[in-house]
Amino acid sequence: MEHHPDITAPHSGPAVAPPGDLAIWFFILAELLAFGVFFAAYAFARAHNVELFNEMQQTLDRPAGALNTVLLITASWCVARGVEATRRARSATGARWLAGGILCGGGFLVVKGVEYAAKFGAGINLSTNTFYMFYLSLTFFHFMHVILGMIILIVLWWQTRQGVYGPADMNGIESGAAYWHMVDLVWIVLFPLVYVMR
Amino acid sequence: MMNTRQLNFVWVVLMLATLATFAIGEIGERIGIAGPLAMAALLAISIIKGRLVMLDFMGLRGVKFFWRGLMIGWLLLVSALIAIAYWIALK
Repeated sequence: MEHHPDITAPHSGPAVAPPGDLAIWFFILAELLAFGVFFAAYAFARAHNVELFNEMQQTLDRPAGALNTVLLITASWCVARGVEATRRARSATGARWLAGGILCGGGFLVVKGVEYAAKFGAGINLSTNTFYMFYLSLTFFHFMHVILGMIILIVLWWQTRQGVYGPADMNGIESGAAYWHMVDLVWIVLFPLVYVMR
Repeated sequence: MMNTRQLNFVWVVLMLATLATFAIGEIGERIGIAGPLAMAALLAISIIKGRLVMLDFMGLRGVKFFWRGLMIGWLLLVSALIAIAYWIALK
């Protein structure tokens, strides 16, 4: 078994601040708050329209939603591996992992785009009914966050390739990675709530 | 901080958990996991998944409790609200 001594970890001490810039964590909390309100609004709207929500949920493409869960979690894993490699002064390896994360994130956008195209093709829009108003606005709000996350990952990939990050400077890559994980985290709640729970 | 093996292990657990969520949607009713039981199972799975993403991918394991508490508190609060709304819908 390969063994990497953890000589470069800057955060291995007791009771430390989260990885990356503290500002990104306040930003993440604000984003989570917004999504939390959105999730609660969906759940309580469902409580008043159970039959409609259960019926409309059957028209969603659940395999596509599950595939997108796999893609986002795998992207998150790639990004975590990229950060870890960069922390060990292997930034070329780190950049390749980040590229893997970008590919999976791109896969998510393609799958979601195909899903949207099918729904719009069927004449569904925001005013179709309460369920679809929530489905479209909630998933599109998340979609925009995936796009922003992708832009951040592409910048991080480029910088990591240039050797900007390493054991001595992890702030930028850790901050961007934390944002990406937040996008994954939100989908982990969104998928069961909107696609599966009935 | 995380090492490679831990990150890979977490990824495998997350994949299996995703499969479980999908299976509840596909065959839950046939194997007796439906209604409130399915809701509870889905929330439990997403809490387990979300906690792993926070602790291992986001690197909050070993960080000041304040941050872990805020993040995991968010997950528990959202799950509780979803459960309450589901319960109201049953009435």
